[in-house]
Amino acid sequence: MAMAADEIERLIRDAIPDAQVTIADLAGDGDHYSARVVSASFAGLDRVRQHQRVYAALGGRMGNELHALQLTTAAPSGDDQ
Amino acid sequence: MSDARERIAEIVGKTDVVLFMKGTTLFPQCGFSSRAVAILDHLGVPFETVDVLQDPEIRQGIKDYSDWPTVPQLYVKGQFVGGSDIMMEMFESGELKQLVGQDAE
Repeated sequence: MAMAADEIERLIRDAIPDAQVTIADLAGDGDHYSARVVSASFAGLDRVRQHQRVYAALGGRMGNELHALQLTTAAPSGDDQ
Repeated sequence: MSDARERIAEIVGKTDVVLFMKGTTLFPQCGFSSRAVAILDHLGVPFETVDVLQDPEIRQGIKDYSDWPTVPQLYVKGQFVGGSDIMMEMFESGELKQLVGQDAE
């Protein structure tokens, strides 16, 4: 089962309203995505906690219908204006 | 489930660098696990792997253990470090080398 990119983005934004979400469909098959999520709410959280926030937003889909999501997260900084 | 938790605690407690993965170092069964092995190989650090595909209890248990929905998962000195994306970021920044290199000998 696959998920559409805009569905992934919507779920993340619903849970993390200020998130800047950049999604790429890596294989063009609707099943292998990369996502970069930048949110001020990540400030002070380590990477594991930041990723857990995104996985929580995806509500159990990660590892199930959403198999392959390369994820990077960050708080806004010099890297991500 | 608590049984799986105890087994996982024992595994990550007795070896400094442990990768829970799908398949083996020679035959990874998933691209993410393959990437995680490649990173550890590149660091040249001794590590052990646990093939979750061979053990359904561990396969589910490891997700609960660190509240992390996917495999691979890297543990260093008993602490959960992250999945393959975090490993790659930490590898590129040099943090992973520092983490495993401190007293890996």
